[in-house]
Amino acid sequence: MAIEARNVTKRFGNFVAVDDVSIFVESGSLTALLGPSGSGKSTLLRVIAGLEVPDAGDVYISGKEATALAPQKRGVGFVFQHYAPFTHMTVWDNIAFGLSIRRRPKSEIRARVAELLELVQLTGLGGRYPAQLSGGQRQRMALARALAPEPEVLLLDEPFGALDARVRKELREWLLRLHDEMHVTTIFVTHDQEEALELADSIVVMNKGRVEQIAPPRQLYDEPANAFVMSFVGPVNRIGDTWVRPHDVELRLEPNGSTHEAQVERIVRLGFETRVDLVRDDGERMHAQLTRDECDELELARGDIVYVRTRRAKSFA
Amino acid sequence: MTVSARHGIRIFSLGYLTLILVAPVGLIFWRSFEHGWHPFWAAIANHDAVHALKLTLEITVIVVPLNTAFGILCALAIVRHRIPGMGLVNAIVDLPMALSPVVVGLSLYLLYARDGWFGSWLLGHGIQILFALPAMLLATAFVSLPFVVREVVPVLREIGIEQEEAAATLGSSAFTTFRRITLPAIRWAIAYGVVLTTARSLGEFGAVSIVSGGIAGRTQTLTQYVQASYENFSITGAYAASVELAVLAIATLLAMTMLRPRRGGHDGNRSA
Repeated sequence: MAIEARNVTKRFGNFVAVDDVSIFVESGSLTALLGPSGSGKSTLLRVIAGLEVPDAGDVYISGKEATALAPQKRGVGFVFQHYAPFTHMTVWDNIAFGLSIRRRPKSEIRARVAELLELVQLTGLGGRYPAQLSGGQRQRMALARALAPEPEVLLLDEPFGALDARVRKELREWLLRLHDEMHVTTIFVTHDQEEALELADSIVVMNKGRVEQIAPPRQLYDEPANAFVMSFVGPVNRIGDTWVRPHDVELRLEPNGSTHEAQVERIVRLGFETRVDLVRDDGERMHAQLTRDECDELELARGDIVYVRTRRAKSFA
Repeated sequence: MTVSARHGIRIFSLGYLTLILVAPVGLIFWRSFEHGWHPFWAAIANHDAVHALKLTLEITVIVVPLNTAFGILCALAIVRHRIPGMGLVNAIVDLPMALSPVVVGLSLYLLYARDGWFGSWLLGHGIQILFALPAMLLATAFVSLPFVVREVVPVLREIGIEQEEAAATLGSSAFTTFRRITLPAIRWAIAYGVVLTTARSLGEFGAVSIVSGGIAGRTQTLTQYVQASYENFSITGAYAASVELAVLAIATLLAMTMLRPRRGGHDGNRSA
């Protein structure tokens, strides 16, 4: 189901959390709301869910006006940042909640909960309380609970924010598979550009309550609309008014006319890739990203003089 | 901390407790049963004493549910809804804690007396408030007002609104969310508040004694019966009624201690 926010504004006191934002999310897509903290992405998600009422603007869910509709009536599944488990209920009862309040037959609830427990790999843990689960398990329980009433839209607020790096990576892959199977229109909020690039079909970059750019991951990375997007999505060097990605910094041992002289300040080896910190002869600092082989071929060492050429440098008026 | 310091603290606190609490209460029990069970039974079987006990229990049974319902609603209003003026209500709810019950009694007296603001109209319509059950209920309700609110407010704050929001996104109506999410989360706080309200209602003396008239066998509560018996040199009667009050208080306290450990269960463990 397609979701649209049209000119949405939400203020908290004098603070404008969301400032005249319009987005369109296609049915069945996986969309990321990406931005630093305080950029308004969570507030926008809560407006879409009906948990906040916008001060101005409208929300449409599958073409129907939903701005004043209570969250109960939106058919939206929401996964909270800290999962909001019902602490006094077992995992089973948590997942069954959305069905039991709809007074579905017991046998149907039993079958659906068992199916969801298997889907989120928690079979056998239905009798536990949320406090007895690990962070990743609690997250999957929250997801199963949100999916139980078969929502048309799934909204996730920083779904992996509170998990450690490995669990996070596992859950990301798992969510991607889940989305491929279920085709529920999904919007997730994240401040992690890598997460957004990996998961989303479409990324909405937000900053200070406004939308900076909406684009598919590749376009966002290759053709950022402005300096903010360029610097927020992916690593970047800033040299005067131009911006260049570290992997677009080429190092040579000989000058060739279009190069700058620079000194190697530090070499950091991060497995496959190597980061070389440089100081140019005009005092500008930058870093280059090389593969291990490229770096080995140059036989770089600290203090060496190299010649730097940048590709695909961008400047924003 | 050294062993002797720990012993010192223990001896001091136990000694203080003995002096302030155990000795006086123990003395009452001892005096009541000094001459065996007989005089004690005779004293509490006395018509006025039985009536006073019944009246006290009656007041408690009416006031506690009222104040519990009000306390829950008031706590929800203070914590969950941004209603203008709730800050003021939050402050006023504590007033009965700070205000002397005598002042409460006096203000009720001024309101409902024959020439009071409400009294003249009510009496004109044949409704008697003062020196009757209504005034005693009002006085008791006033002094025992804050306990449920004070217990429930911090727990509501602590559990936050996320669980309620989650229930809403799952399709739960406001009432269902309250019944299935909020109420189970605050039930021990409510139980604790009910116990405190009950204890306060049973023991109320100051406010009630001003508005009840204290007519033996009619508008005399158990605490007033103790005072009246004492003043009439019916010492055994005073002791026996005191023992009844003490037993009720101890039963209430027992209920409270039985509730206390359960506040910690899995409900208490909310580490995210």
